[in-house]
Amino acid sequence: MVVSEGLHEDAAGSSGGQKPAPSRPAAPSPTASASAANPPTKVSVRNLDFFYGQNQALYGNQIEIYANRVTAIIGPSGCGKSTHIRVYNRIYELYRDQRATGEVLLDGQNLLDPAADVLELRKRVGMIFQKPTPFPMSVFDNVAYGLRLHTHLDHSELVDRVEDALRRAALWEEVNGKLDKPGTALSGGQQQRLCIARAIAVEPDVLLMDEPTSAIDPVGTAKIEDLIDTLRENYTIIIVTHNMQQAARISDYTAFFYEGRIVEFGPTNQIFTTPHQRQTEDYITGRFG
Amino acid sequence: MIDDATPIPLATLRPRSIAWRRATDRIVKVLASLAAMVGLVALAWILGVVIARGAAALNWSFFTRLPRPPGVDGGGLIHAIYGTVAMTGLGTLIGVPIGLMAGVFLAEFARNSRWAHPIRFSANVLMGTPSILIGVFVYALIVMPLGHFSGYAGAVALAIIILPVVTRTTEDMLNLVPDTLRESALALGAPRWKVTLGIVFRAARSGLLTGIILSVARASGESAPLLFTALNSPYWSASLSQPMGNLTVTIFNYAMSPYPDWQQMAWGASLLITAGVLSLMLVSRMLLRESRRPW
Repeated sequence: MVVSEGLHEDAAGSSGGQKPAPSRPAAPSPTASASAANPPTKVSVRNLDFFYGQNQALYGNQIEIYANRVTAIIGPSGCGKSTHIRVYNRIYELYRDQRATGEVLLDGQNLLDPAADVLELRKRVGMIFQKPTPFPMSVFDNVAYGLRLHTHLDHSELVDRVEDALRRAALWEEVNGKLDKPGTALSGGQQQRLCIARAIAVEPDVLLMDEPTSAIDPVGTAKIEDLIDTLRENYTIIIVTHNMQQAARISDYTAFFYEGRIVEFGPTNQIFTTPHQRQTEDYITGRFG
Repeated sequence: MIDDATPIPLATLRPRSIAWRRATDRIVKVLASLAAMVGLVALAWILGVVIARGAAALNWSFFTRLPRPPGVDGGGLIHAIYGTVAMTGLGTLIGVPIGLMAGVFLAEFARNSRWAHPIRFSANVLMGTPSILIGVFVYALIVMPLGHFSGYAGAVALAIIILPVVTRTTEDMLNLVPDTLRESALALGAPRWKVTLGIVFRAARSGLLTGIILSVARASGESAPLLFTALNSPYWSASLSQPMGNLTVTIFNYAMSPYPDWQQMAWGASLLITAGVLSLMLVSRMLLRESRRPW
């Protein structure tokens, strides 16, 4: 059911001395395609179940997220795409009745372990939401928010890093000289890139994007897609999208979700040209019933 | 009468009178407008009379002198102005922080917990409690044990008036802040308290301020809770440990007196307190209007 490659040790591309997990359950049998060439694993999900109160939303999810690659998660509405990535930074814990079981290994460490520090985790795993969420403060303070949270920087260092983050989010040219304007005064597409700048300012390893362009016009969407393309150099990106053309354009790997299960996972060109599962093919060709 | 074969064409049915529908529409409109007028006229009337009769009482000595005996010119109500401001101020300092924190608890920390409902319910009941009961409560709580009326007791009574209003408006205003904003701050690794104070409060700031101002406006116009707590006093007392003069109870006493110059002072005090409450309300309206923008 699930393709799970990359059984080699994943320490290569990871930061900060985490030990690889001492023992891992055997991964389900890999399919033939795209074996040896896979890059190091950044996140490895094992037997992930998720519950909203009594209702189970995810069933035994297994997936390998490869470092410095863009992984797209596609599937019909309500199939658990967003729920799945909301486990990676434990943001679901804001809501009392939601819980996850299983293992999500970030650089070999199980982030679902109650002993894992959630603030530290969220510094390493940034998130971009469907609607842009600029904080009610200036453009500068928006980007500086995470930096101030995690570091003691003097003002000039802060200014440098804010500029750097805005440049990397391809927003600097548009907001230079307007850094003291409220973040809410920017256009929708600019607000979303502001949120990306805010997320990458704290230099996370992984960026989660939950339908980041669904509320953005086509021009803004194109800019954000270009940006994602450049960001993969430094970050591991997981993007949930309703737009299959977008998944095909920007991702290296694609996972197809249906009713809380990962039906198929593999290199994007394989998923879109020669899917192994009938459901995947039906969904991609728009014949989904 | 549903015919499951072919429906009868609408044009062949007996039509309802269009003229009658127009007439009903007009009647409802007129009745609704009249009802609205009653409220507006009452307000305008009250304001008009208070301004007309109170303006004459407001002069320099009104704001700077202490009361004189009936028939003696040049008295003022500085002690009562000071008392109202001091007790409302202290009541605000006590009631607002507790109310804000209770609202934060309800909106941020107790959302689905079994504590939220009883707390919200008590706040609603407290908001609807006749204020004289709050006065009697504080009388038993503070005045009786201490053995005398005091400004402190008055301030506590006003704080109890303020508390539920601030609690509920704080909860409502915080609930208006979308969860995605909380999530994006949490997703950066911010602890919950920083998200609440730095992001959620900031997003809701004008709504929160409006709730505070409205509660203070309401407290400053109360007389019943002060009657049993601060009582009233014709003397200057800077300390809140003594019975304190205040505008609302003074209005009651002076208006009921047989002396025309005291009655005149009561009109002046009425105008002063009306103007104060009205301007607080206007400030809160302006803040609310300013807040109608996307987060």
